[in-house]
Amino acid sequence: MSFDPLRDDPLDLGGHRYRSRLIVGTGKYSTHDVMRQCHEASGCEVVTVAVRRERLIDKEGRNLLDYIDTKRLTILPNTAGCYSAEDAVRHARLGREILTNMGNPGADWVKLEVLGDPKTLLPDPVATLQATEQLVAEGFKVLCYTSDDPIMAKRIKAAGATSVMPAGSPIGSGQGVLNPCNMRIILEYLKGDDPKYPVIIDAGVGTASDVAVSMELGCDGVLLNTGIAGARDPVKMALAMRHACEAGRLAFLAGRIPRKLYATASSPLDGLIAAGR
Amino acid sequence: MRIFVNGVARDVSNRLTVQGLLAELGVQSAHVAVEVNRELVPRSRRADHQLAADDAVEVVTLVGGG
Repeated sequence: MSFDPLRDDPLDLGGHRYRSRLIVGTGKYSTHDVMRQCHEASGCEVVTVAVRRERLIDKEGRNLLDYIDTKRLTILPNTAGCYSAEDAVRHARLGREILTNMGNPGADWVKLEVLGDPKTLLPDPVATLQATEQLVAEGFKVLCYTSDDPIMAKRIKAAGATSVMPAGSPIGSGQGVLNPCNMRIILEYLKGDDPKYPVIIDAGVGTASDVAVSMELGCDGVLLNTGIAGARDPVKMALAMRHACEAGRLAFLAGRIPRKLYATASSPLDGLIAAGR
Repeated sequence: MRIFVNGVARDVSNRLTVQGLLAELGVQSAHVAVEVNRELVPRSRRADHQLAADDAVEVVTLVGGG
């Protein structure tokens, strides 16, 4: 039986509604063509992009945007590489300007990332909160990258973020969800009295089972890039991620059985023939 | 006069506008955003915004990222 998305609510990110719960990056692919095939295979409806200087001297013929199906995909600009609230806000405004000019619906949102250190790429929590407040005040829908700290997650939601996006593990590390207990606390704190509030696992996904685990925990979606782009066969991995996302979501909606220490027989205990000696 | 475009010094004519600069650079103007001295210059103001000596201009676009 194939997955029927109509049986699930859409993912609602501040009024942007999607059937796919995967958000896929556009970085680190071997070619733009491979990237485009991965986007198709993943079934994603949102792709992230970064804001960088235009190459003015050795310009290549084609822009990244030539390889993104902007009729089908919403572009989510990020503030990757920013180490201060001020720089993150500038990047957000620049991204909004380009998407406004393109007429892309992603013009009203941003994936906020304010980093604290280049080795871990972990967020700077103080600057992240400052930038969230500033961008919310400027009318942005802020999808906020953060660590898996539940208190920080609460603070970011309270600051008006459209979605809190905790990292499963460091960006590009492929370690999956290192602290599922923290994720469960974040989900309880943010969604307990507000079940529609979207929590998205952002970063750390290494393979399909990491996506499934994230979705089984009750996260609303998963954002990933390296897990697909860095795989030996990125297009196959994109398809695997899609199936894992759907499988994990279904398993969450279906409700798993409790874990028990000892066995419980699946076959009837009655009607066994006489035991041998 | 001398300005800086994406960190590189460049000699341009006096009273060049942002729009004029983009034309000189030959960039596809719908796919870029422009900052002058850390302030965004929206597309609607590019034709009116005159550059001054030592202005720091950033011309950015969207690239692959996660």
